[in-house]
Amino acid sequence: MTFSLLLAQLLNGLQYGVLLFLLAAGLTLVFGIMSFVNLAHGSLYMLGAYAVAVVTGATGSFALGALAALATGTVVGMLLESVAVSRLYRRDHLDHVLATFGLVLFFNEVTRMIWGPQPLFVALPEGLSGTIEIFGFTYPAYRFLIIAVGLAVAVGSSWLIHRTRVGMLVRAGSVNPQMVGALGVNIRLLNAMLFALGAALAALAGAMAAPILSVQSGMGEPVLITTLVVIVIGGIGSVSGAFYAAIIVGLTDTLGRTYLPLLMREFASRDIANAAGPALASMLVYLLMAVVLAVRPQGLFPAHKG
Amino acid sequence: MRMSLRTGDLVPVVLLAGLALLPFAAAAADEPFFTTFFARVLIYAIAATALNVALGLGGLVSLGHALFLGLGMYSVALPAHFGIANGWVHLAACVASCGVVGLLTGYVSLRTSGIAFIMITLAFAQMGYFLVVSLKQFGGDDGMAISAASEFFGFSLSSGNAVYGVAFCLLVALTVWIARLRSAPFGVTLRAGRQNARRVASVGLALSRYQLTAYVLSAVLCGLAGMLLANLNAYASPSSMSWMVSGELIVMVVLGGMGSVFGPFLGAVAFLGIEEVLKAFTEHWMALFGLLILGVALLGKAGIAGLLARPIRSNSPAGRGAKAPLLAESGVRP
Repeated sequence: MTFSLLLAQLLNGLQYGVLLFLLAAGLTLVFGIMSFVNLAHGSLYMLGAYAVAVVTGATGSFALGALAALATGTVVGMLLESVAVSRLYRRDHLDHVLATFGLVLFFNEVTRMIWGPQPLFVALPEGLSGTIEIFGFTYPAYRFLIIAVGLAVAVGSSWLIHRTRVGMLVRAGSVNPQMVGALGVNIRLLNAMLFALGAALAALAGAMAAPILSVQSGMGEPVLITTLVVIVIGGIGSVSGAFYAAIIVGLTDTLGRTYLPLLMREFASRDIANAAGPALASMLVYLLMAVVLAVRPQGLFPAHKG
Repeated sequence: MRMSLRTGDLVPVVLLAGLALLPFAAAAADEPFFTTFFARVLIYAIAATALNVALGLGGLVSLGHALFLGLGMYSVALPAHFGIANGWVHLAACVASCGVVGLLTGYVSLRTSGIAFIMITLAFAQMGYFLVVSLKQFGGDDGMAISAASEFFGFSLSSGNAVYGVAFCLLVALTVWIARLRSAPFGVTLRAGRQNARRVASVGLALSRYQLTAYVLSAVLCGLAGMLLANLNAYASPSSMSWMVSGELIVMVVLGGMGSVFGPFLGAVAFLGIEEVLKAFTEHWMALFGLLILGVALLGKAGIAGLLARPIRSNSPAGRGAKAPLLAESGVRP
């Protein structure tokens, strides 16, 4: 348990956290404003990863690939919103679960149809495959890029929501959508835009994660479920809550996986620690969520409801 | 006890009667595949019926029922791993584990409602899933083969026919029980709570206790389906605890008809039947199936049971009949 290991794990946790935030930001707004449950958000993440894999593979440029991912996310998000999602807002949550579950099956199978079951790999972009040294400790440059992009999106979304007219409407819509609609604001258009923006961010998350993960069908679901955990912990509908919760979940998961088995070896016999440590570590974020929901059902940082 | 048959019930009853004869026909035709396939259908019908107690009657959208299916499976697999083939031990393990886990998770989950309830049930199921995946000494990711089937006083669930028979009887018993439960005070309270929790509370009923009971019942019954599935496959794997399975169970219930007596059975038959047909048609059946589920969600929730009951229900146009109760139940005022 050295200091550099701890620092590396903290950075890994931060990097995982900002990736989760990219996914959670759009999802929590759609949850909060239209109270729409979107299980297909992970599919947009997957499509973003495939877009970057295909375009980077063809052109050799990761930047172009990331742009393609953003475009894919926006277009597919808009399509989904107009074809299916907008028809479901007034229904109850069960219909949302059902419809988006169907979409998950559809997208997973379509990607498998086109690109096959084998995972695709994305080469790290030129110039970012090296490491950066800080305080005599090295860390991959690309992971710094992920952290930087995530923090930039966090700052950008905070500006969008707290400093612009659109953001004001979004905040108002999350408190009382009927009233905002009655005041003459096209709340449907507003939500369609938000949905597309959220989809683009999810695709961006997929694009950023693609070089450090393998790109394959079904990759969206594990991260989707963790994102749901983030949203519930942060408080549904709250973007700043999603940010804090994403960092908390990212750090908890990463540090838990590293230190929990080590910690358990101090208290229990080696056999028990080896068996229970990883088990407990993989359950940690869900345990965290269950505790948060049991104690504070509205989440840790809820959006202010009037 | 009111058990008069309506025309809407005719199709499922005939289907059930057909299924009673199926193993004999399959044996005569020397096609054991059909017995195994329909045993699976029956088992999923039991699981869907179990989910229907929470989802259909209580309106509790649990996206975590695969957890109980998995607990049931491992209630057979773990004792069998240690050489215990006694079915009563398996049954006790199943009822105890599903009951306790259902009570604990249900207690915590019912403190929330709406989206948070869906998420927390999902989270509990994921906890179970990751727990089993990380238990490497019991197969972990790969699951574990079951060498000894459950044995009840010499009656062993080792053959497909035996599992089929038990599953069939259990499903019939459950269906009759649900038909009575729906109109019993317990069921009526649950259904009323689904439509308007505040009014039920103002009548003076502690709705959450009814909901918790329904959730635990649903969990234990789902565990029984898991036990049968483990015996049928002679195999238990964490993949049957994945959230996809929870989603599939919800699809079965909604496809068949939420809250109806025969709905989950019809839904399981339709789900696995469509799956099998599409599989023969294309390797990528899941893409078509996904769109089908989307269509079901967009069209409404009366399901197959609602479709069958429609001609005798009212003279309202086809589309309205399915939509009107949906708006009323979701609490949305048009």
